[in-house]
Amino acid sequence: MVHVAALRCKECSREYPVGAFNVCDFCFGPLEVVYDMEAIGDIASRERIMSGPYSLWRYADFLPAEYNPLVDINAGFTPLIRSRGLAERLGLEELWIKNDSVNPSYSFKDRVVAVATAKALELGFETLACASTGNLACSVAAHAARAGMTAYVFIPSDLEAGKVLGAAIYNPTMIAVNGSYDDVNRLCSELADQYQWAFVNINVRPFYADGSKTLGYEVAEQLGWRAPAHAIAPSASGAMFTKIYQGLKEFEQTGIIDNVETRMHCAQARGCSPIATAYEEGRFVIRPVKPATIAKSLGIGNPADGYYALKTIEASGGSAVIAEEHEVAEGIKLLAQTEGIFTEGAGGVAIAGLKRLVERGEIQPDEPTVVYITGNGLKTTEIVSDVVHPILIEGTVSAFEQHVGVKA
Amino acid sequence: MQRVRFTFLDHMIKQPVIYRMGHDFNVVTNIRRADVQEGVGWVILEVEGELEEIERSLEWVRSLGVRVDPALGDLIEP
Repeated sequence: MVHVAALRCKECSREYPVGAFNVCDFCFGPLEVVYDMEAIGDIASRERIMSGPYSLWRYADFLPAEYNPLVDINAGFTPLIRSRGLAERLGLEELWIKNDSVNPSYSFKDRVVAVATAKALELGFETLACASTGNLACSVAAHAARAGMTAYVFIPSDLEAGKVLGAAIYNPTMIAVNGSYDDVNRLCSELADQYQWAFVNINVRPFYADGSKTLGYEVAEQLGWRAPAHAIAPSASGAMFTKIYQGLKEFEQTGIIDNVETRMHCAQARGCSPIATAYEEGRFVIRPVKPATIAKSLGIGNPADGYYALKTIEASGGSAVIAEEHEVAEGIKLLAQTEGIFTEGAGGVAIAGLKRLVERGEIQPDEPTVVYITGNGLKTTEIVSDVVHPILIEGTVSAFEQHVGVKA
Repeated sequence: MQRVRFTFLDHMIKQPVIYRMGHDFNVVTNIRRADVQEGVGWVILEVEGELEEIERSLEWVRSLGVRVDPALGDLIEP
């Protein structure tokens, strides 16, 4: 049973019935899902969660859509791994890596899209849509294929074809839009108004966003029902970052865990850091930027939830940190070479950000710390293509020994 | 109708941009929310009129150095 009370404007608090709306008619503020937390608290328990499926649907009591096997491609419940090599390198005693790069379409977007798709079916939609340059497109196309829904994926026409292969394989209708980034934005906004489609990050965004709460629940469960002292997550729109914290706080509110004192740290890359820059300047006003970062999955210049991410940092006593562009690839390599996990640009930003936070003394060695790795490295191999330099030899043992420098 | 967000930096804050937009173009502006601080400010507003006229007016606003974005943030996600 879904325990959704209403949709509510995050700015003026006006309430709306549950439906496919994402914006307040009065102040144009974003809408969010309001839950009946008392009802959830009455039924939710650790045992109930542990008896659920090994996917994000084990937290269905806390989500805005019912579990629907038609949609389920097993998003979520990804590994939380105790770090050894990286922790040692950074001088941390208790570092954990949330490896969300192993989701069905290889990024955390499967969490938000799974929930959006389930809700879209509940609301009677037959078509799923999005505008995306990467991970979101893959996830929408995959979930639509599973659910037997029609899918429309809008991409800017100058996007490299290879970038959308991971979406195209599921055979959505893919539309390459001529024009600027802003033109694509505008077109999708108009289509969302005119067509009876579930645009996952537009008209069903309030439900979509809440899929990321499971990144908070899962970490708490996997840590043995406790919240970490620090969480570091890469940020693009800022939505996932705010929802991780909301997830932890909801677990606290419903008595699933005690004492959430997690400090939330937001990591962005220098070439697209509107949230982290506002934090550094001590402002709550985001100055939109034109993204120019190697970490393309963080390339949102006008982040919808940037302000709320800053509020989450403030509420949790956290911070924001900027990874320099050259540190992105270094972060990817460091994680791969110390932990055996290959992440994409956003993960490189998170690792570089973690390193900086430790250097700044914001994270003490004995504090339990979780770093979120949200996407898979095989999606952005061009960032680290310089690692490939095999030793070329003739096919003889002597050539091997001579060139490689080892003896039997 | 379009819902847009204007971001003004430093020197633009004192300019009556929205007034002139409604005065010089055939569009109706309706401010819904705003926050203007030292050095930076934003306004979220609705712009009504013929699509082409809205586009022309927004282009003029951009030409003044004001940043124009979708009110709800970028809809294209990576």
